Amino acid sequence: MSENKIEIRNLHKAFGRKVVLDGVDLDVVKGESLVVIGGSGTGKSVLIKCIQGLLRPEEGSIKIDDEEVVGINEEQKEKLHSKMGMLFQGGALFDSLSVWENVAFDMIENKKVNKKTAKNEAIRVLRSVGLAPDVADLSPSELSGGMQKRVGLARAIASRPEIIFFDEPTTGLDPIMADVINDLIIESVKGLGATALTITHDMASARKIADKIAMLYKGKIIWQGTVKEMDKTDNPYVRQFINGSSQGPIKVEI
Amino acid sequence: MFISNIENFLRRQGKPLVAFISRLGEFSIFVAQSVYNCLTPPFYGRNLLRQVIDMGFYSLPVVGLTTIFAGMVIALQSYSGFMRFGAEGAVASVVLISVTRELAPVLSALMVAGRIGAAMAAEIGTMRVTEQIDALTTLSTNPFKYLVTPRIWAGLIVMPILVLIGDVIGIFGGYVVGVYKLGFNPANYVNSTLQNLQAIDITTGLVKAAVFGFIISLLGCYNGYKSKGGAQGVGTATTNAVVSASILILIFNYVITELFFSK
Ligand SMILES: Nc1ncnc2c1ncn2[C@@H]1O[C@H](COP(=O)(O)OP(=O)(O)OP(=O)(O)O)[C@@H](O)[C@H]1O
Ligand SMILES: [Mg+2]
Repeated sequence: MSENKIEIRNLHKAFGRKVVLDGVDLDVVKGESLVVIGGSGTGKSVLIKCIQGLLRPEEGSIKIDDEEVVGINEEQKEKLHSKMGMLFQGGALFDSLSVWENVAFDMIENKKVNKKTAKNEAIRVLRSVGLAPDVADLSPSELSGGMQKRVGLARAIASRPEIIFFDEPTTGLDPIMADVINDLIIESVKGLGATALTITHDMASARKIADKIAMLYKGKIIWQGTVKEMDKTDNPYVRQFINGSSQGPIKVEI
Repeated sequence: MFISNIENFLRRQGKPLVAFISRLGEFSIFVAQSVYNCLTPPFYGRNLLRQVIDMGFYSLPVVGLTTIFAGMVIALQSYSGFMRFGAEGAVASVVLISVTRELAPVLSALMVAGRIGAAMAAEIGTMRVTEQIDALTTLSTNPFKYLVTPRIWAGLIVMPILVLIGDVIGIFGGYVVGVYKLGFNPANYVNSTLQNLQAIDITTGLVKAAVFGFIISLLGCYNGYKSKGGAQGVGTATTNAVVSASILILIFNYVITELFFSK
């Protein structure tokens, strides 16, 4: 058994002629929190979707717990998903269900927990992300963006997954709420002993939640290291990105 | 020169053709997947119940209104038409046959396609573009079984029931016009309706209804499921769901009639 929870080798994904991932190699060590940074449209979301089997890469290998997951069948996928949780960039809460039914979705549909127990558990998880019990019966559309993020987070951690994916957890939130979410992520990941893969372009958030950082650029991982190493690196791409400067090797096509 | 002309021609004409064929292939796969998933567990009973209520119960007023006026107008038309060769007595049976075989199934299906097919496409389409369908997958739930299967079963179950109710209401509409406007004797009208009542008229209507229900749900789900590109994409999906379902309903209406009655 290797110490890597996720092992990605030579991953390629294109949409038509547009190449998005062009040979990604990336390891996520068990129990660690890895943050992938990169500009808008570099394929961060696509990377996560490939790992989850929502998109099928043209080439390359993805191993989770040493088992290949590219090209597995539906049944195996369902099993795989039972150990993963995901916070979507846009929340992706089910708007036909109430807040607590969203959080308890896995308990009710897959584990066949009875409604009352599921609701109590959902309220407990909601409380752990700082939401009062009276939110439980609301519909997701009645919540603010920050609250929706928290419900999404609650849904992602409710099944106590071994791996959690966070797709831009702090984007679109005010700095204080963003920091609250950061704390919640750290708490829930550490609390569960889970492995986490986060993608973001919010550097403050990356610094706070990352054990390691990797940078995605032009379809490849061009740099990785710890936060300390990131501050010392002279890699011009990383420097430009963390300084948020328009001058440098990264050219934005307008 | 000549070759390159042909090449250009093929390139221009070929693109939509290839797009059409690949869409047809995509649709066939969707149909096969739907049928397979409808027959294999797990089943989501609660979702089915919700669809049955949405599609069945809330469609009752529309179906009632369309079929009652259809029955009424047929009574009026056939009376004035048949008077020319002294066959007014046939009004009751003409109402019976046209309502049960044609009007109740086709009109109800078109109304439900507009009401429910559109709603399905919009709801599933929105779930697609807001990544709720991906979210289902990541929660170890097969989105096909959770979203598509209950809707297709609902279509198959609900439409025949709606049409049966529509039959009764439509015939009643004919009766009302026949008795209160055209002056038929109520007992005679009921008698001649009952005498002409044949199982085949009702059953073909119900077979049609089930097929139409399948078509409505299938196209509603398909268009929603494959929609992309935000709000505009969902809008297109909704329109396509209704238009394509309506056309297929009319085509299959002919095909089924041909199967049952051509000789
Ligand atoms: N389903 C799809 N079909 C076609 N192209 C797609 C699809 N999904 C993503 N893309 C393309 O892949 C590229 C990368 O998209 P992705 O969503 O991964 O970006 P991202 O790095 O997550 O950006 P952001 O930080 O803005 O979320 C984009 O150019 C996008 O147009
Ligand atoms: Mg993204």
